[in-house]
Amino acid sequence: MNLFTIAYKSIRQRALASSLTCLSVSLGVMLMVIVLSGFAIVEKNFSQNSINYDLIVGPKGSSLQLILNTVYRIGDPVGNLPYRFYREMQDDPRIKVSVPIALGDVTEKGSFKIVGTTTEYFKIGYAPGRSFKVAGKSFGTPFDAIIGSQVAYQNDWEIGHKFKLVHGGAESDHVHDEEFTVIGILAPTGTANDKTVFVNLEGFYLIAGHDKPVREAVKQEIEFFGNTSLTDEQIAKIEKAEIEEAEAHSAEGGHDHAHHHAHETREIKKDLTAIFVQTHKPIQAALLEGQSRRGYRAQYVNPIRPISRLMNNIVGNIRTVMFMMTSLIIVVSGVGIFVSIYNSMSDRKKEIAVMRALGARRQTVFSIILAESVLLCVTGGILGILMGHGLIYASAPYIERSAGILVDPLTIEPLEFILFPVLMVLATLVGFIPGMTAYRTDVADALAG
Amino acid sequence: MNLSLKNIQKSYREPSGNRLPVLDIASYELERGEQAVLLGSSGGGKTTLLNVISGITAPDSGSVVIDGIDITKLHEVGRDRFRAAKIGFVFQTFNLLPAFSAVENVLLGSTFASRAINRQEAASLLKSVGLDHRLDHKPGQMSVGEQQRVAVARALANRPVLLLADEPTANVDQSNQDGILKLIRESCVEHQISLMLVTHSQEVADQFDRVDQLIEFNRAGATTS
Repeated sequence: MNLFTIAYKSIRQRALASSLTCLSVSLGVMLMVIVLSGFAIVEKNFSQNSINYDLIVGPKGSSLQLILNTVYRIGDPVGNLPYRFYREMQDDPRIKVSVPIALGDVTEKGSFKIVGTTTEYFKIGYAPGRSFKVAGKSFGTPFDAIIGSQVAYQNDWEIGHKFKLVHGGAESDHVHDEEFTVIGILAPTGTANDKTVFVNLEGFYLIAGHDKPVREAVKQEIEFFGNTSLTDEQIAKIEKAEIEEAEAHSAEGGHDHAHHHAHETREIKKDLTAIFVQTHKPIQAALLEGQSRRGYRAQYVNPIRPISRLMNNIVGNIRTVMFMMTSLIIVVSGVGIFVSIYNSMSDRKKEIAVMRALGARRQTVFSIILAESVLLCVTGGILGILMGHGLIYASAPYIERSAGILVDPLTIEPLEFILFPVLMVLATLVGFIPGMTAYRTDVADALAG
Repeated sequence: MNLSLKNIQKSYREPSGNRLPVLDIASYELERGEQAVLLGSSGGGKTTLLNVISGITAPDSGSVVIDGIDITKLHEVGRDRFRAAKIGFVFQTFNLLPAFSAVENVLLGSTFASRAINRQEAASLLKSVGLDHRLDHKPGQMSVGEQQRVAVARALANRPVLLLADEPTANVDQSNQDGILKLIRESCVEHQISLMLVTHSQEVADQFDRVDQLIEFNRAGATTS
């Protein structure tokens, strides 16, 4: 019979007290696993989302805001880029793929963000090695829309469903008259794409109010490029067409979107929120990023860097605080084990004396008590890890549905691997004093008692 | 010679600081396979003597030679090893561990020795004391007589050369007393084990050929009893 068997028998003898102390350790470990895995899942999602593009190009401003808005669909856009910038970028030999992104409106139902883009967006996977799976078709006509899995689930939309957009965000009450039709539904990606409605960029521009007056557009073009692509005659011609269009609107008593949609929106009137870019070589992305820092027109942002800074500066600190709190819970559980074993020592002095009389050395009885402590801590640890991951596994579908975060229950934070050595140290510490009580037991006295 | 005590002295320090002599034995010997009773009243030093012989307590002076080894020359760890290998103990209150079944209690008797017996051997020992139907019962599920039988089987588990029995029948009812004594004695004969049984019961002592009055050879006995 080895020492652990003897220790196990002793633990079983005090089943209730042992179970409760073991449970307290397992709850502490479970909380720690949830905290560690939770943050690992968040980090994984935030890094996974953005890394399939080398650069996110947007107007000058906060790089973090640009990434959060365009990649994670959180917060407001930094500003706009002229469409001409996107067109010229396509001639840059360093750029392999550039995908235009235009944000602004939300859905009338559910306030899901609208992203105007091209079919190119779906050809590039949402993460390396992960491609979009679309049930349905890709963009064909201007008013086609492809919706994320969460949009379909929460709004109960199917292919063929028609919907309208609310202008400029949820707080605005202007509902555009244009109707988009769902022609495709994305399979779940565990990214912000699940909660996004993608509309054909052409359709996005055709919405009334999404193109600006030519004078304003020319002014912005000159501010951005230092020149304009239009001659005075062309500007005058476009301006005349705008006036005629406005007159036609009022003559027909309001909106005439059929007329508006009859011509393609002129390039100068188009804006973009961002351009997602892949370069041929990583060095080219770094060069473009460096080059943009010296310029004044646009910023080329490596999508990982601002998020990594955010993670380190804010999320990282929260994680540290949570980690320390859960560590404290585990230490308190350890004290519980100490109290439980120590309290049992007075009742067990005779047992220890009997073992000593049967030839057990002082070190042996010390080791038996230590083994009890280790068994309680390690069993609690294993239970805690199983409970923690079990809870994550059980809640994964709910989290995915409600938060749109892809939850992998097997996500293991490397810190989890040091849990067992830490628990062993804790077990040794809490088992030491009761172990010494056993070590010092006076056999003759205890047998006589 | 299986057990030889020479000039054993043992005293305890009193709260006043004075030393209280408990044992002062010039000589005591027990042959291999011999069975002897030490008869003495409570407080006469019987249990202290067993503790000194088993190496649980070190004497202030003198020698305790068992099976040719003077255990007073050994360090505590050496005495523990020796006890685990060579000595069997039967206590007045049985001292079975309540968390362990009968067979596990017997296994525990050899766990700390260099050669531990297996479950089958432990079961065989329990069978020899008439408890083959109680192998997996815990002490709390057995009668007092059965518990003492388990204690006897445990004392034999390490195949000792010397069995020390401290009032083994004091807590057993009259109907079981003879049976327990018979079991201890027969087991010792079967395994060629020397037996030293301490008791205050004349009735128990009357069943043995060799009975020593502790007070007769323990010179400190007069002061303590």
